[in-house]
Amino acid sequence: MEEFLIMNTGVVPFLSLLIFVPLVGALVLLVSDSPIFAKLWSLFVTVATAIISLPLYFGFDLSTPLYQFAENHPWIPSLNINYTLGVDGISLLLVLMTTLIMPLCVLGSWRYIDKRVREFMICLLLMETSMIGVFVALDFVLFYVLWEAMLIPMYLMIAIWGGPRKTYASTKFFLYTLAGSVMLLVAIISLYLEVGTFSIPMMMGHGYSPLFQFWVFLAFFVAFAIKVPMFPFHTWLPAAHVEAPTAGSVILASVLLKMGTYGFLRFCLPITPEATLLFMPYVLWLSVVGILYGGFTALAQKDMKKLIAYSSVGHMGFVTLGIFVLNKDGIEGAILQMINHGITTGALFFCVGMIYERTHSRELADAAGLGRFMPWYVTFLAFFSLSSLAFPGTNSFVGEFLILVGGFTRSKVIAACAIPGAVLAAAYMLRMLQKVVWGGVHNPDQSGLLDLNLREIVTLAPLLVFVFWIGLSPEPFMNVMHSSVAHLLEQVQGASGSAMAMSKILIP
Amino acid sequence: MEIISCKLLYALLAPLIGSLVVMRCGKHPDLREGVSFVAAVTMFGIVMSMVPDVLSGNRLVYTLFKILPGLTVTLRADGLSMIFAVVASSLWILAVFYSMGYMRGLKEHAQTRFNACFALALFGAIGVAFSDNLFTMYLFYEIVSICTYPLVAHHQDDESYRGARKYIVYLTTTAKGLLLPAMILIYVLTGTLDFATNISTGIFPPDVNATMVTILYICCLLGFAKSGIMPLHSWLPSAMVAPTPVSALLHAVAVVKVGVFSTTRVMLYVFGVDTMTAFNLGIPTAYFVSFTILTASIIALSKDNLKARLAYSTVSQLSYIILGVALLTPSGIEGGLIHIANHAFSKITLFFCAGAIYVATHKKNISEMGGLGKTMPFTFAAFGIASLSMIGAPPVAGFVTKWKLLMGSLDLPSPHYIFIILILLTSTLLNVGYFAPVTYKAFFGKRPVGEQYEGIREAPLAMVVPLMIAAMISVLIGIYPGFMMSFVKAVMG
Repeated sequence: MEEFLIMNTGVVPFLSLLIFVPLVGALVLLVSDSPIFAKLWSLFVTVATAIISLPLYFGFDLSTPLYQFAENHPWIPSLNINYTLGVDGISLLLVLMTTLIMPLCVLGSWRYIDKRVREFMICLLLMETSMIGVFVALDFVLFYVLWEAMLIPMYLMIAIWGGPRKTYASTKFFLYTLAGSVMLLVAIISLYLEVGTFSIPMMMGHGYSPLFQFWVFLAFFVAFAIKVPMFPFHTWLPAAHVEAPTAGSVILASVLLKMGTYGFLRFCLPITPEATLLFMPYVLWLSVVGILYGGFTALAQKDMKKLIAYSSVGHMGFVTLGIFVLNKDGIEGAILQMINHGITTGALFFCVGMIYERTHSRELADAAGLGRFMPWYVTFLAFFSLSSLAFPGTNSFVGEFLILVGGFTRSKVIAACAIPGAVLAAAYMLRMLQKVVWGGVHNPDQSGLLDLNLREIVTLAPLLVFVFWIGLSPEPFMNVMHSSVAHLLEQVQGASGSAMAMSKILIP
Repeated sequence: MEIISCKLLYALLAPLIGSLVVMRCGKHPDLREGVSFVAAVTMFGIVMSMVPDVLSGNRLVYTLFKILPGLTVTLRADGLSMIFAVVASSLWILAVFYSMGYMRGLKEHAQTRFNACFALALFGAIGVAFSDNLFTMYLFYEIVSICTYPLVAHHQDDESYRGARKYIVYLTTTAKGLLLPAMILIYVLTGTLDFATNISTGIFPPDVNATMVTILYICCLLGFAKSGIMPLHSWLPSAMVAPTPVSALLHAVAVVKVGVFSTTRVMLYVFGVDTMTAFNLGIPTAYFVSFTILTASIIALSKDNLKARLAYSTVSQLSYIILGVALLTPSGIEGGLIHIANHAFSKITLFFCAGAIYVATHKKNISEMGGLGKTMPFTFAAFGIASLSMIGAPPVAGFVTKWKLLMGSLDLPSPHYIFIILILLTSTLLNVGYFAPVTYKAFFGKRPVGEQYEGIREAPLAMVVPLMIAAMISVLIGIYPGFMMSFVKAVMG
């Protein structure tokens, strides 16, 4: 086990702190039910967590694909279950994005949540614990526990603080995800029976029989495809997004969707490489379908949250496309696009929430013609919309560019089929932007609306910084991935040639 | 020789900072227009200060951002960029005065937004002019598309929203649907997007697949839909709903020239004359754009609305530029490139005149302008001069173009040269057909029944002076083509 890890030698166990600080913070909230204390304390805890996560970046060794800042303690020795944590180039950015988003979620819920504030904040902090835990866990049982733990606070956030159809949406979300989780559990147990350990790194490169890989891949795939969500497993997403409170939508879009694609990268590719090669063409085509379907459906929406939710289906289609083209550009682009989608879509959900706080409507028609009265708001909205449609110079362009470079390297036909998705992204985002900023000849009276206040600007500004930072100078973000992605590709390409030969037949 | 120069960055910053300051000066109209003027003059000054270096055969470059290996935001000034940069920056100065006169004369709303977006459009245009690679060009090309949307939709009525939607749909769809994949494929094939440093070699490796290059070429040619090439031209007449200074900017300087400039840049510096000759891409392109030249001229004949006639004239004239380059002969390329400047000065005069007539008389249709020349002699004189340039009569600028294009076609192999010359002659006759009657009727025609010209005078000085200057420049660069030609010579190497 130890050979995969670079143990955390310093005094501070950063990864454990990241997991336990929000958890302890949530427990502290139990002492007082004052709403203002709950808000300030949660803000403090999430900012502290964000600060604790920074040394991960600055102390990260770029030259190795091993898991760093690792911790390894026995947990249930009789079953060989350990408490193993570590980050590599694939998970590092996701952890950092999570810790960045969480303080903003607290800020974004400041006025939006007006009942049971303390309970809401407890849910937020519990979410943070389990989300960070999922990204850093290297033991499958630990991973699974945290993966399931995520479901409960998210379910509560939708079911208690959600919109009119909250019961339907939260139940659908719960059932879909749980169905996926069961498949995940099956895969974990069968892997355990094969290898005799729950250590994720030790399960990689084990040379399982093709038939075994076939079934394990399928189980993994269903679990993660629901989470991403890939077409046709996506129907829970628009419902959940529309009904969830702003912070819930942001967490869903920014972090939870990434769990699925993270799962592909962490488990499917290295543990079942031959099955990955075998299924590659199908997943690629499914991604293309998702890109186009998400784009067309987003174009038809009248509800802004639904529009952004369907745009997520399209954007995540690009991510799965990038992962399954199985080359350096594609996978690095996919990882970057996961971060980009987290930043941009999170920001867009914040933007919609800000309108909702003012007009109590998410309808595009009700928000028409805001531009004259909320100039700062539409400035932010414009930049985030441009980022979402992959305007050159913004973060998403770099991700989409790399994914398509990877795509064209793998198969010109498949990549060319994804291009209309990029056009559609421009269409639906510009349509929304045009409506909100200009509207038409008969706009509703928006003159009573106040522009953004300082708290709201502070919520959006950090995200805007990252939009341009990644868009114009992505090197600091790309550097951390190189060794891990190279290692991942070695693991996949080490697989036998037969599956590769077979997949070539199916890709034009 | 390559010189690293921050001047390129300053030339970009002038309009960008200008627009930001303009947005803050909304309550002080004089200060706002003053800022626009200062920004325009600053940009022109910076551009002119680069002229000596470029003319002595150097290339100025400046890298702003390194995004990925082979993907950077880099600026360059060479002969080709200077043709466009000099034209755009000098005409912006005239346009500032002219739009002040026009917008105030008609008491238009949202003048601050108008001025700010105007400056941003110039920011994009100058960025395209100074692009050193395909990505930088794509970036600024898209900035121009987005920043001109508020200008086209300025009136905010149903018609302008419709026109603006068509505008943005055509331009972004072609850019994302054709240019983006072409750009990515070029990156995959060559590992770089940097333009070549001469017009012959291009950037493709010698063993590249011919079909692939042809597909990429078609994507690029159609992807730059701002060039108004048929069948992707119809955004251009629709965008005529914009106020006339915008039409002038769009159809003479910034937008359409961004389109043709990008097309020529890519033809010459990505594909290169050698590759285009080897894969036989030049002559088919020439015939393809000839269709646009003739068809647009015929449509122009049928238009009574002056701005619509000018719009179709633009569609037709832009294709001269692509035609010239597509001939791939030295004279042809020279004729095409010099037409970027010649067309700009003359066409902006025509649009300025159309706007002046509208401000003075509120008339849009040519049939209502009979005899108006006596009341507005300066405007119609300028219109006449610029029309001569469009037709290609000496000594106005357009003559230089036509001469070079004819020379260029003579170098073609038989029978192509006969066809191209026939096309040029036919189109010249058509030009006469739709331009000559306007001036003729204004000076020698009868006043239409029921029209009253009493109380009508020339438009304000802020409009008439710029249009006279633009007309005079059209004559000057016809008589002394040396200055603009020197940049063309720098391109030819």
